[in-house]
Amino acid sequence: MTGALFEYALRMGDSCLILGHRVSEWCGHAPAIEEDIALANTALDLIGQTQMWLGLAGEIEGKGRTADNLAYLRDARDFRNLLLVERPNVDFAHTIVREVLFDLWHFHTLGALQASADARVAAIAEKALKEVSYHLQRSADLTIRLGDGTDESHSRMRAALDALWPYAGEMFLEDDIDVALAETGVGPALGTVKPLWEADMRRMLDQATLSWPKSSHVQKGGKTGVHTEALGYVLADMQFLQRAYPGATW
Amino acid sequence: MSKEWPLWEVFIRGQHGLAHRHVGSLHAPDAEMAVHHARDVYTRRNEGVSIWVVQAKDITASAPGDKGPLFEPSNSKVYRHPTFYDIPEDVGHM
Repeated sequence: MTGALFEYALRMGDSCLILGHRVSEWCGHAPAIEEDIALANTALDLIGQTQMWLGLAGEIEGKGRTADNLAYLRDARDFRNLLLVERPNVDFAHTIVREVLFDLWHFHTLGALQASADARVAAIAEKALKEVSYHLQRSADLTIRLGDGTDESHSRMRAALDALWPYAGEMFLEDDIDVALAETGVGPALGTVKPLWEADMRRMLDQATLSWPKSSHVQKGGKTGVHTEALGYVLADMQFLQRAYPGATW
Repeated sequence: MSKEWPLWEVFIRGQHGLAHRHVGSLHAPDAEMAVHHARDVYTRRNEGVSIWVVQAKDITASAPGDKGPLFEPSNSKVYRHPTFYDIPEDVGHM
């Protein structure tokens, strides 16, 4: 059970960390300064949540590793983030579609985790949910605007949705760790998040005039440490300083 | 036609009971996104409990050239300031 919660905290923390890093890549490059600041805010929220989840993971592990140690000194094989969040930014449409697929899952997952039998998990969920509610409001609003926007924005959203859809399925694949946590009431009950996500997603895509993607293929592996080549580049960028100058502070 | 988003003026209420105060401006395609942008740009440091946005073009301003006729006549009317009353100390700050 302790091992399962350690893994689960890594999964949550790593997904927040890698998505936070991806979103932060927009800093100084967004299409308008207002969007630039909004994206940076989202990235900072996610990195704040990473500190809570990886802090919890380190505490459970009990080997003295801090959130920073876990973020900067693990290799790709030890990361447990969803494949979805490591996918590159590509363009604004890919960035927003990746965000909305994740935010909607994140929102319903945290909603369930607020009732966790583990008080630490419930506390993290409660704090994070306020931030994530806003992330979702923003990404859903932009999805509808861009999907139901110009010909170009619609076709870019269409392409992004089709490209990222296979990575969304991993969020709902439940393994031994999810089962163990569901049994003890620490994690969400099995199968509860997916129908909520699908109902909301269907409504949102309708409004965005984007049809439900045809592909039911699921890319998986992130939750068990088998990643796409994209993660290596993220880590190289993110971890370089601590690897080259161990213990550097400023 | 300009592709630039219209300009909005942003007003934030700092705490309950105080009036909304002008804090700056931003660009947004419509009112809903202007509120989102205002939240992201002007309330990052816990500044607000309420946001108003209004399109800059909807604000009618007095002309700087009218400063004299508009404002100077009141300079010489100090009796309009309520400074000629004795206020009991018990009243405190008014």
